[in-house]
Amino acid sequence: MKIAVLSGKGGTGKTLLAVNLAALAQPAVYVDCDVEEPNGHLYFRPKHIVQKPVCIKIPQVNPTLCNGCRKCVEHCAFNALAYVKDNLLIFDDICHSCGLCSLLCPQKALSEIDKEIGIIQSGRADDVCIHTGILHIGQATGIPIIQNLLLEASSADALTVIDCPPGSACIVMESIKDADFCLLVTEPTLFGAHNLSMVHDLVTLFNKPFGVIINKSIPGANPAETFCKENNLPVLGKIPYDKHLSILHSNGEIAVKHSETYRALFSSLLDAVIKEVRHETAPHS
Amino acid sequence: MKIAVPVDENTQNTNVCVSFGRAPYFLFFDTKTKQTYFVHNSAASSTGGAGIQAAQIIVDNGVDVLLTPRCGEQAADVLIAADIALYKTFSGSAQDNLDAFAADKFSELDDIHAGFHGHGGK
Ligand code: SF4
Ligand code: SF4
Repeated sequence: MKIAVLSGKGGTGKTLLAVNLAALAQPAVYVDCDVEEPNGHLYFRPKHIVQKPVCIKIPQVNPTLCNGCRKCVEHCAFNALAYVKDNLLIFDDICHSCGLCSLLCPQKALSEIDKEIGIIQSGRADDVCIHTGILHIGQATGIPIIQNLLLEASSADALTVIDCPPGSACIVMESIKDADFCLLVTEPTLFGAHNLSMVHDLVTLFNKPFGVIINKSIPGANPAETFCKENNLPVLGKIPYDKHLSILHSNGEIAVKHSETYRALFSSLLDAVIKEVRHETAPHS
Repeated sequence: MKIAVPVDENTQNTNVCVSFGRAPYFLFFDTKTKQTYFVHNSAASSTGGAGIQAAQIIVDNGVDVLLTPRCGEQAADVLIAADIALYKTFSGSAQDNLDAFAADKFSELDDIHAGFHGHGGK
């Protein structure tokens, strides 16, 4: 069972929820797809880390074969190529590795070479496998890292928790592609409701079963909950606003390992989620 | 010498466009023949790498000097590879900028990222 945890912006409690659910559900797999700022591993402190590079293909020109016909420059949909003073300039950071230019070149002057854009680290803490994607600074897209990461992390039986990047961009779509269920984390504010509506659009687009968890919940007005009611979004649970919980989390601790109260809180959330997943996915399986 | 300026409109009294890669037109002025012409910037509507494509247009028009309010890192790479000198415009009409350039009142563009090490004019 694969559960993706999403939120419209960073800092809503996405990692708090993902880390604690994975820690509770052991055996579990925790996948950190927030490749620009992966921080889940700081909580698990995994051991026996194995590291793999992630590469993309970029074109390389053989200047003696190139005759300056410019076919490649004209057809690159991303404008990653320019031809100046008898030289082909290739902008690696703009290139999307589509491979078209190498195919098109009438002179066979272009070949594809590997360029490392990031790494995947896999390790273990108790009975949780932790897979972390890390995008090297300055690289345009983390999508190839997420694709490799999800392959690496695929597990038949353990519960897999996918900690998605914040937002609703294509990198998030890639992260939820194979998920059986999406958990949308939000805050009980107007801003939270707005961000929730964006990720809600995304999961609806992908036709994914989902549920909402409201973090930092306080009694009283709750625009996020109102939004859920008005639009018929299932709220699976709430994490009450709790200073002690925030402090534990910001100190890099996994709350369920520290107190029975939090264990009970996240267990009830996990139960609610699993129940909902079984319910939602039952007709298909 | 041929000078290029990113501009808002394809008319003689147009203003300098605030953007380089996304400028709707480029104005080209030949100091020898005193001829001016405009070229539509096909990069303006492209989804990515607009600066590179725009710079390619400048290069392909055989420009020696580009007057522009700013310029991205990659566009600068293309322009510098083509030995095009970059100078910073002030806001206002393209003509005022061309006049000021002719009167030698211009400073080189230093508005690119750190990788740009000023490329000699002339
Ligand atoms: S298509 Fe091939 S031969 Fe033509 S400019 Fe590009 S690299 Fe050179
Ligand atoms: S691989 Fe695709 S994106 Fe990259 S330079 Fe070639 S045509 Fe452009």
